[in-house]
Amino acid sequence: MASSAMVTANQLIIMAELKLFRTWSSRFALRVVWALDLKGIQYDTIFEDLSNKSSLLLQYNPIYKKVPVLVHNGKPLLESLVILEYIDETWKQTPLLPEDPSERATARFWAKFGDDKVLPSIWNVFIKQGKDQEEAIVTAQENLGFVERQLTGKKFFNGETIGLVDLAFGWLANLLSVWEEVCGATLIDHEKFPLLLEWIQNFADAPIIKERWPPRDKLITKYQAHHEVYTSKGAPK
Amino acid sequence: MFGMRVRIALAEKGIKYEYKEEDLKNKSPLLLEMNPIKKQIPVLIHNGKPVCESLIIVQYIDEVWNDKSPLLPSDPYQRAQARFWADFVDKKVFGDAQKVCSTKGEEQEAGKKEFLETLKTLEVELGDKPYFGGETFGYVDLSFITFYSWFHAYEVLGNINIEAECPKIIAWAKRCMQKEAVAKTLPDQKKVYEEHVARLRKMFVSE
Repeated sequence: MASSAMVTANQLIIMAELKLFRTWSSRFALRVVWALDLKGIQYDTIFEDLSNKSSLLLQYNPIYKKVPVLVHNGKPLLESLVILEYIDETWKQTPLLPEDPSERATARFWAKFGDDKVLPSIWNVFIKQGKDQEEAIVTAQENLGFVERQLTGKKFFNGETIGLVDLAFGWLANLLSVWEEVCGATLIDHEKFPLLLEWIQNFADAPIIKERWPPRDKLITKYQAHHEVYTSKGAPK
Repeated sequence: MFGMRVRIALAEKGIKYEYKEEDLKNKSPLLLEMNPIKKQIPVLIHNGKPVCESLIIVQYIDEVWNDKSPLLPSDPYQRAQARFWADFVDKKVFGDAQKVCSTKGEEQEAGKKEFLETLKTLEVELGDKPYFGGETFGYVDLSFITFYSWFHAYEVLGNINIEAECPKIIAWAKRCMQKEAVAKTLPDQKKVYEEHVARLRKMFVSE
């Protein structure tokens, strides 16, 4: 975390009231935690129980009723990738996006691809069985192949330092192995995805990032329960 | 619909460009080279480099040609709001509208209800402002207006009356249509409906 000497008077004013609504396990809220921590920004955390949402959360996010919600001086910000861009525009230290518009567009593309295609295709592997799972694995690995190639010649998706795309793909560094363990499928191996595995190592162990991983044993328990629901007879698709 | 967003943005800023129509059943090698992952339009190629995904392209255009007609607000919080609502349009309007157009019976009834609820949510967000962006046409307006050419199709196929349910949305759409950039880009509603029906007929005939 940044020492108080690094925090200017201006930043103190901007920081005045910053609250993050999250859950202990939300992979989307974790992106916001990392972004704020990387920039050395102080904030209050409100942990939500999604089975019993607080009236404040519902007031701030009536449309989706989800975490994360970042409230800055009383004004709510929703959707993790939107929040990350807001944080990057408001606090300029440790930039998450490059300055060049073409590179910014590329970063936005990969963050969106991760959420729209990679994550759902891997979740599909987790919730399916038998032949359906085999087909799901093919699609997931195809998507992961695109991601693997993006890492060519780079330590992080952002280059030498962690950026928005790395934070967006953060869930690959912890949840993927949890889901693989729970459902018994292996999606990435050293032969086909050496760069991705290296990125996972680098990202997981990076300073600040590594302070915030939710406990693995708790995640295993949580997703074992999910898995039972999805794979029992008559489970929702 | 998505390609139109880019064309409106380019027109708003008076940017000259070369337009290449794609046949999505027979995609050109250039398209596949420039968008190998999604293999979709729109793709903007600027100085040889591709930019993909309509809203990402619009943001790119706004950042590169930042000297006139800004599409996104300059204040970070307003920008976040704009990005949120454009994302809402992407997530909700397209999916809901598809259910109205291509399902029947109970599924369609549920789809219609959701679609109208989505439009009403947008209507609340619009409030009494002339545009979603406030006094001027902006990012959210652009992201949503391209669906307007499909409204007639939604009304016929879904047996709904959008103006009766969401009068402010229709008023807003007509206001947008007075802008040259929008009017020149959006196809005629009746034509869109007729082409859609013709496509459906072709599909059934070929089965």
